[in-house]
Amino acid sequence: MTFKFTLENTKRIEEAVKRYPHKNAALMPVLYIAQEQEGWISQEVIKEVASVLEMTAEEVLGVVTFYSMYHTKPAGKYHLQVCTNVSCMLHGAVVIYDHVKDKLKIENGGVTGDGLFSLEEVECMGSCGTAPMFAINEDFFENLNIQKVDEIIESFKNQD
Amino acid sequence: MPMEKIVLPGIKDFHLIDVYEQYGGYTAIKKALSQSPDDIIDQVKKSGLRGRGGAAFSAGLKWSFMPKSSVKPAYLCINGDESEPGSFKDRQIFEFNPHQLIEGILIAAYATRVKTTYIYIRGEYHKWIKLFEKALSDACAKGYAGEKMKKTFGTDFFVDIYVHKGAGAYICGEESALMNSIEGKRGYPRVKPPFPAQNGLWGCPTTINNVETVTNVPPIINKGWEWFSKIGEPKHPGTLLYGISGHVNKPGVYELPTGMLLTDLIYNYAGGVINNKKILCVIPGGSSMPPLRGDQIEGVKMDAESLKAYGTSIGTAGVIVMDEDTDLVKTLARIAKFYYHESCGQCTPCREGTGWMLKILNRLVRGEGSTHDLDLLVSIAFNIEGNTICALGEAAAWPVRYTITRFRDYFEKRVSREVILPVANKVHSMRHTAFPLADIKE
Repeated sequence: MTFKFTLENTKRIEEAVKRYPHKNAALMPVLYIAQEQEGWISQEVIKEVASVLEMTAEEVLGVVTFYSMYHTKPAGKYHLQVCTNVSCMLHGAVVIYDHVKDKLKIENGGVTGDGLFSLEEVECMGSCGTAPMFAINEDFFENLNIQKVDEIIESFKNQD
Repeated sequence: MPMEKIVLPGIKDFHLIDVYEQYGGYTAIKKALSQSPDDIIDQVKKSGLRGRGGAAFSAGLKWSFMPKSSVKPAYLCINGDESEPGSFKDRQIFEFNPHQLIEGILIAAYATRVKTTYIYIRGEYHKWIKLFEKALSDACAKGYAGEKMKKTFGTDFFVDIYVHKGAGAYICGEESALMNSIEGKRGYPRVKPPFPAQNGLWGCPTTINNVETVTNVPPIINKGWEWFSKIGEPKHPGTLLYGISGHVNKPGVYELPTGMLLTDLIYNYAGGVINNKKILCVIPGGSSMPPLRGDQIEGVKMDAESLKAYGTSIGTAGVIVMDEDTDLVKTLARIAKFYYHESCGQCTPCREGTGWMLKILNRLVRGEGSTHDLDLLVSIAFNIEGNTICALGEAAAWPVRYTITRFRDYFEKRVSREVILPVANKVHSMRHTAFPLADIKE
């Protein structure tokens, strides 16, 4: 299955390229656009991005795998990112993380059978003052406790 | 004397451009443009403003390294990568005072003779990126940034500001890795020299400043360097955004003068320790800085010079407090895991050493550690620091080295005196003594 950018996204890429003096510098924003469209960065996406930005596929792959926010396999519809770093850990983040694992019955990097949730243990997200926290896709949920975690996950289940 | 608020004045709706203008917003850039770039650099130098990103280097001095004329374009990068565990200050600026940040960028760009600025914001900060982009588009629409500046201020000077979104790599907070990331490459730190002011972004002269540093600049121009230099500690003047987290009743970001007593921050501002427990350990400047023992924080002042005397560093002023019931072994193992995960993998001591330290610390967590392991950890840490391209080596080594040496008694209680090693390792570890294998008893 080949991957092609939509017309709208092609325009966004043109805009992104304008911000840099060299075309290949737009790689990171272009990868975000691709991930938005496809959900993850597949081999096909890498080939297409490379040809759009006149780079080699290897150069693109090197960048994709370096940064943790580009998914190299499909994520769930709701991507849960639980911080377990120091400040969150001191406020029981490990308990929260284990609870989420038990509740969704998936491990780090896993996706639920229905494709609704995926889980990632992440490093500090900059919510140390409102620990513990997790993020679902782009939104932060802070000052968590077990009960709050349950409510949030249920509300996302019901949304669907 | 009332406490000065420079970066987060706490005025309602200050993030809106109209409110910012009401309080004298965008007058500092006007004032700056009526002077020469060198005058601006001189004022910032005299104000004593030091970088807020961790190294506490003089901001004015850094700007003065930029060439006065260059055939190549020059660039300014603003570092909003903020990924140090325990540090959560820049997001407050994006949310509550984005226009002062933009105005600071304009002045910094004018002083360093730059026409293009990239502001690097960590990818996880989706919300704050949107907030900042909104403020930036408002500023552009009103003619405070971009080409329109020429008309607004009646000069030839203008600067384009672009947001570059990170994608989840702590190392990109290191200035040369940040430049590589903006260039669309892996965030690998570069060998210095050449320094960014000569050879930075795309080989052009570049200055990199922290978000909080440049946000301090407009008030310095408006109120004068004398005013700024009198706030806080003379050698490290101004205010800091102290981010206090961990076992305190009121965690959060507090803007207070430099040189605050650490105990004052914890007990008066952050509301003391939860359940009035004793403090076991305090990390004063984000997870990479050497920790202080809870019984040794009395009289410790929070500024670059004072903390140096106490064998630690101000870092990003992210204070992490741990109470007496904290499992320090587990906490240190978690910190080690972070640096293992974030090592970019270029330099062998860091790439391999962080992994070894994590493995040994995990052994300690499992209760299988020995006193030998403690010495081994310190030895590995020693062999990482100073032997890497960038400061992530130190960032990974310091917490391990100093937590173990400063809490040796604590760690000794958690390990056995005997070396517990599987047979295979025992054979290996004794190989240099040239015992025949048959001599090793189970």
